[in-house]
Amino acid sequence: MDNKEDLKKVVDQALAEQKVPHVKLKKIGAQKADVDKLTQPSKETRQEYWGKGLTYSAILLIIILVASIIGFIAVHGLATFTQNHVNVWHFLSSTDWDPGEGKNHVGALAMIVTSFAVTLLAAIVATPFAISVALFMTEYSSKKGSRFLQSVIELLVGIPSVVYGFLGLSIIVPFIRSVFGGTGFGILSATLVLFVMVLPTITSLTVDALKAVPNHYRQASAALGATHWQTIYKVVLRVATPRILTAVIFGMARAFGEALAVQMVIGNAVLMPYNLVSPAATLTSQLTSQMGNTVMGTLPNNALWSLALLLLIMALFFNFLVRLIGRKGQK
Amino acid sequence: MTTIISSKDVHLSYGNFEALHGISMDFKQNELTALLGPSGCGKSTFLRCINRMNDDIANVKITGEIKFENQDIYSPKTDLVWLRKEVGMVFQQPTPFPFSVYNNIAYGLKLAGIKDKALIDQRVEESLKQAAIWREVKDDLNKNAQSFSGGQQQRICIARALAVHPKVVLLDEPTSALDPISSSEIEETLLNLKHEFTFIMVTHNLQQASRISDMTAFFMNGDLIEYGTTSDMFMKPQKQITSDYLNGRFG
Ligand SMILES: Nc1ncnc2c1ncn2[C@@H]1O[C@H](COP(=O)(O)OP(=O)(O)O)[C@@H](O)[C@H]1O
Ligand SMILES: [Mg+2]
Repeated sequence: MDNKEDLKKVVDQALAEQKVPHVKLKKIGAQKADVDKLTQPSKETRQEYWGKGLTYSAILLIIILVASIIGFIAVHGLATFTQNHVNVWHFLSSTDWDPGEGKNHVGALAMIVTSFAVTLLAAIVATPFAISVALFMTEYSSKKGSRFLQSVIELLVGIPSVVYGFLGLSIIVPFIRSVFGGTGFGILSATLVLFVMVLPTITSLTVDALKAVPNHYRQASAALGATHWQTIYKVVLRVATPRILTAVIFGMARAFGEALAVQMVIGNAVLMPYNLVSPAATLTSQLTSQMGNTVMGTLPNNALWSLALLLLIMALFFNFLVRLIGRKGQK
Repeated sequence: MTTIISSKDVHLSYGNFEALHGISMDFKQNELTALLGPSGCGKSTFLRCINRMNDDIANVKITGEIKFENQDIYSPKTDLVWLRKEVGMVFQQPTPFPFSVYNNIAYGLKLAGIKDKALIDQRVEESLKQAAIWREVKDDLNKNAQSFSGGQQQRICIARALAVHPKVVLLDEPTSALDPISSSEIEETLLNLKHEFTFIMVTHNLQQASRISDMTAFFMNGDLIEYGTTSDMFMKPQKQITSDYLNGRFG
């Protein structure tokens, strides 16, 4: 009981000086400190329970949502193989895509190859530009200049893909047509549109990567007699490599998943691409262009869900790659 | 003994703020000079003038003259790469690159255009021995330099600086981030190397200065207050303020 008396004294003292900010003086009476009240959960503690409860239920909801999205795609995507008895290997290796004609005409290889082709080509073209711009922004340009470029990049990220597609359709497709002949639709046009679209993504992540290189590496290198450029390519780029790779993979993920802009310039013919300027179709462009033309539950519809499932698996794969590189980079 | 570096009336301003108000002092070859003074007095700033590390900072203005072996290092004709090969630097935080020990030491050599693998191997071994770290790393030359302890990393950095055979090594509080045992190991290393190199070392640690330096300079508020042999400075300083500082009355 002695303890309680002591506590009461301290509390009274504090109340007299009003040093206990969270105790509402009016409610409990400033003079009579109620020690029992202090040992019960305070308003703040109850708020804490509330806050925690809210956060956890939000998380739970999101988890359920994600699980049902994945479940839905998986059920429908797998129906092609379970209900319609399409051979998985045939799906992955045949270029014959005409699901309306039956289970022997569900081959996605042409679209898989085209998707990878536009993704890789766009990344290959965009990466050198992205690294150059990022180097300029972090190593050479003034603060003002790099802030300006930063806002340009943010603007480019913010432009909706349909606008990029429209630009591609109006400028790139006619240009390709006049240079290479043909229709102008195809992988090359899609690559060029995607190049512009992934450039800002890769650039801004590469800027982050370069900024994360500690300045003392640059100083130590300079103190050993390295020129600025030697420091950049022997130290800065080397140290930043894992994160730059991550940036490229994020760019590739964006290119792989882009549907609308690609659909507008690629020609949408499910054919194995034998050159870069003939009409083709990617997994995404086929989805956007065909989803209105099929009936739920039929083979053509299930086949589209299988394409969606493939896209989902690829997205997981890109995430996995990013993590893998992140873990290697930490070592 | 010959003078290897001599500075005359060096002023340095960061923008409008003058951090050095005319520093004139000579450094003798193969001696260890300690730069002492309260923090913010301009020791690091002056040290960085000697290998022109301040050049990269925006808005820096430097006047006066610093000569290295009678050559004006701020003359437009001076090759920065040459200067930094002759005048190496070790920083307060151990700063090995996240490369292997071998590649850290070889970095400066490769910059200097040395391609002969045997020569690089030999220099790596030699400088790691000089920095008294060879025994600890000789079986792990391909291991990431950052996987070693702080004291070991700092000695790897010293080795990296020594590998290009500089004449002068600047050290900016090289032991202040280290534990006492690692610090004293580095002190011993520097003492052993004093006959081959000229060291200019900023330190906060008065005992350290008195233990290993030949000459001591006392800075305050951007001025060189007093400069002399370490024993004179600690035993019979000319100025009251020097005596107050060296006796630990402020700092
Ligand atoms: N890059 C810089 N820009 C502006 N002021 C600086 C810079 N570096 C140092 N200073 C200022 O110059 C003065 C001397 O700093 P410094 O040489 O680092 O002191 P010390 O090494 O003796 O502690 C300090 O007042 C510091 O704030
Ligand atoms: Mg300093």
